[in-house]
Amino acid sequence: MALHRVELVEGADHAGFRRAVRGLVAAGAAPDDVLWTAGDAPSLFGGSTLPTMLPDGDAAPPLSLPRAVGELVEAVVCHREPERYALLYQLIWRVLHGERYLLGHHGDPLVHRLALLNKAVRRDLHKMHAFVRFRDVPDPDGGERFVAFFEPDHFIVEAAAPFFVERFQSMIWSILTPVGSLHWNRRELTVGPPAVMSEGMEGDAVLAGWRRYYESTFNPARVNPTAMRAEMPKKYWANMPETASIPRMIQEAPARVRAMVEQEAAAPIRRSPDKAVAAMATSRPATLADLNALIRRSPPLVPGATQAVLGEGPEEAAIAFVGEQPGDQEDVQGRPFVGPAGQLLTRAMAEAGIDRDAAYMTNAVKHFKFKPQGKRRIHQSPTAGEVKHYRWWLMEELRFVRPRLVVALGATAALALTGRSVSVLRERGPAGFGDWDGFVTVHPSYLLRLPDGEGARGAYGDFVADLRRVRDLAEGLRAGS
Amino acid sequence: MDDALLDKLAILADAAKYDASCASSGAKGRKGGAAGLGSTTGAGICHAYTPDGRCVSLLKILLTNYCLFDCAYCINRRSSNVRRARFSVAEVVALTIGFYKRNCIEGLFLSSGIIRSPDHTMEQMMLVAKTLRQEHGFAGYIHLKTIPEASPWLIEQAGLWADRLSINLELPSESSLEQLAPEKDGANIKAVMGQVNERITEAKEERRRFSPAGQSTQMIVGADAATDQSVLHTSHTLYRRYGLRRVYYSAFSPIPEASAVLPVKPPPLQRENRLYQADWLLRYYGFTVEEIAEGGEGGMLDLGIDPKLAWALKNRHRFPVDVNRADRELLLRVPGLGARAVDKILEARRHTRLRMEDLGRLSAGLKRARPFLITADHHPGGLTDRLDLRRRLVPPAQQLSLF
Repeated sequence: MALHRVELVEGADHAGFRRAVRGLVAAGAAPDDVLWTAGDAPSLFGGSTLPTMLPDGDAAPPLSLPRAVGELVEAVVCHREPERYALLYQLIWRVLHGERYLLGHHGDPLVHRLALLNKAVRRDLHKMHAFVRFRDVPDPDGGERFVAFFEPDHFIVEAAAPFFVERFQSMIWSILTPVGSLHWNRRELTVGPPAVMSEGMEGDAVLAGWRRYYESTFNPARVNPTAMRAEMPKKYWANMPETASIPRMIQEAPARVRAMVEQEAAAPIRRSPDKAVAAMATSRPATLADLNALIRRSPPLVPGATQAVLGEGPEEAAIAFVGEQPGDQEDVQGRPFVGPAGQLLTRAMAEAGIDRDAAYMTNAVKHFKFKPQGKRRIHQSPTAGEVKHYRWWLMEELRFVRPRLVVALGATAALALTGRSVSVLRERGPAGFGDWDGFVTVHPSYLLRLPDGEGARGAYGDFVADLRRVRDLAEGLRAGS
Repeated sequence: MDDALLDKLAILADAAKYDASCASSGAKGRKGGAAGLGSTTGAGICHAYTPDGRCVSLLKILLTNYCLFDCAYCINRRSSNVRRARFSVAEVVALTIGFYKRNCIEGLFLSSGIIRSPDHTMEQMMLVAKTLRQEHGFAGYIHLKTIPEASPWLIEQAGLWADRLSINLELPSESSLEQLAPEKDGANIKAVMGQVNERITEAKEERRRFSPAGQSTQMIVGADAATDQSVLHTSHTLYRRYGLRRVYYSAFSPIPEASAVLPVKPPPLQRENRLYQADWLLRYYGFTVEEIAEGGEGGMLDLGIDPKLAWALKNRHRFPVDVNRADRELLLRVPGLGARAVDKILEARRHTRLRMEDLGRLSAGLKRARPFLITADHHPGGLTDRLDLRRRLVPPAQQLSLF
């Protein structure tokens, strides 16, 4: 004889169930002493022979249940099964009375039964996410407004809403079902009463196109309607416009395949593949200008830069200088080495007897990467992956310029040119960069960061000395070649 | 949508349908928000199924089916007499957005015949992806078929827009490729896979987005003489060396306008199915290619039974296995027990000694598993070693009739 009767409202009464469970547990009510009724399943007792003895759940302390139990409850409450609340309460009762890890006992009949209910609800949710089809029912001033009709098996409409809100946040839409409706106006969700499918819910023109696509993507040589129906049961077809084509597609399939099999193998129309092969050979940019056009068109790997900063200087330059990446000034002006570090480099080059206009100046990375700080844009070093990403362009540039000597200014340039990380201060001096004779030295911005004084002056002197060696090496290479 | 566009859609969807991949999973966390459109949830969604039982998740189309190449297995090869069509970038973008807004698709799978040059084609495909992302704030799934002959920097760019990149190997061996796809170069395909893998790995480490759902490939089964074992060897190498997310197997299907070089016969669907099962054993069940091949004959899988059962029947000395004691690796070898059932067994047996009826509740494949396992109340006795075990487990072979 039940001592407690709990009456919940029709549908998925999450709040009512939670409140009741708290009260029942506080009152020590064993599952056998509770009779659950919900609006959707009238009680055998006619609803009036037993007094409602609902302990006050709001006053009872909240329960501490394992997370997995909470998630299971959330899902199973949505099921149509009239026994769902009773089964869930049995589970909660056992979990709270010595079987805390009950859900791990997958062979237990109650756990198994609830797992099946859970699976059914999850599948129903998934199918709703998948099979809802919106039709455009334009509002009076022509704006897009979408309406869908769907028939779920369980009380999942509200549980399904977050998916649609996230995905179609920028649209105005309604989803109508026999157990409730959802309305989204780009700002908030309204849950409305059940709806019936209205007349004249024809598909729109785009859905007609969708149906055409559906027909065309089917391969008649693999016809397998059983597999299709297992995943897309017929009960869903009424609200999916493409399914109207299914009977014809299945019916015509054998004849289509027979026609293909019986058709004599078509005589190949012999055409020379030369064109294809030639096209592939010429797919690399043919000139430095082509390459630069390509770089200019490409987006920065890390968004934010104003423009790509291309290399500058004559083709056939004797020396190519490779820096790290454009800075703030370079990004604005679109030219390499024009900011403070660039000016320092230009001065040092002049002192070392290198004509900047005769050298090729470029960067390992072509876009400025920064972090905004107030009105300033603070330089951010490129990551190793970013450097490698840009490496192809640098290599192509060098292929066009064909310098006698390539100078890596700083660690990033050295990484781009060697493919490995290089300690600049340790490996400073002549180096080999694959096909190129190279030289490793510091980046001029390193000199700018040193505190003024003896050390900074010494470092600048060393830098100029490096550049003199670079000049001599380049001249030596010319003499040698 | 006018008739001309519908016509193009029909031609270019028909031309793309031989690509088996339709997955929209693995990309997580893109959100279009209030200004854009769409989301990716991590798990893919099949929005419909066609009467061939296959999932429709992405709008799978070619940008064009004009092609300079002449691959014998391909309906779009230049010597084929199929009807040709070509989408503009704007048309593909409009179709994608239109279908997406109606909840018909998770996103776009774009491939293309090679027109003008590989670079030109790749640039056009990228332009579609870029327009979707930049001009429409599209946060749905984009799968780009990479053209391995295109320049490396284009492939570098493609990963910025796409959720998944794929390059079809098409045939498992260099010699078949040479014979059936004369303009393709196997070494080049693998070099690009290597490049893409390197970028994906780096981007993950540096928390950037570069083809976040990884890369995949497809091999055609039944167009050349390759054995299942050599196909699986190739897959194994691809998984290990290039970190591929998936290898798809596509049973060579009769195509209209077939080439004279290839047999026109029904697609070997059962073989395709067995290869997928074997692929799973490779990736999730700790099997080696050699062990899988052991279950069949002469490098071919047994078409009548699944490869795990085939292996078990030839390795009966390793059974029966005690479900209350055996470790995970051994349980995974029991026919009929899937990885999920095994994990449930491991969890459940911490609480109780499992009996046959418990197993019945946590696995659906018990009929096949019974002769190979021991529970608290069941021992197969001599059943494991009976000569007619195969016949007891599998109903007499039925000729698979497709036509």
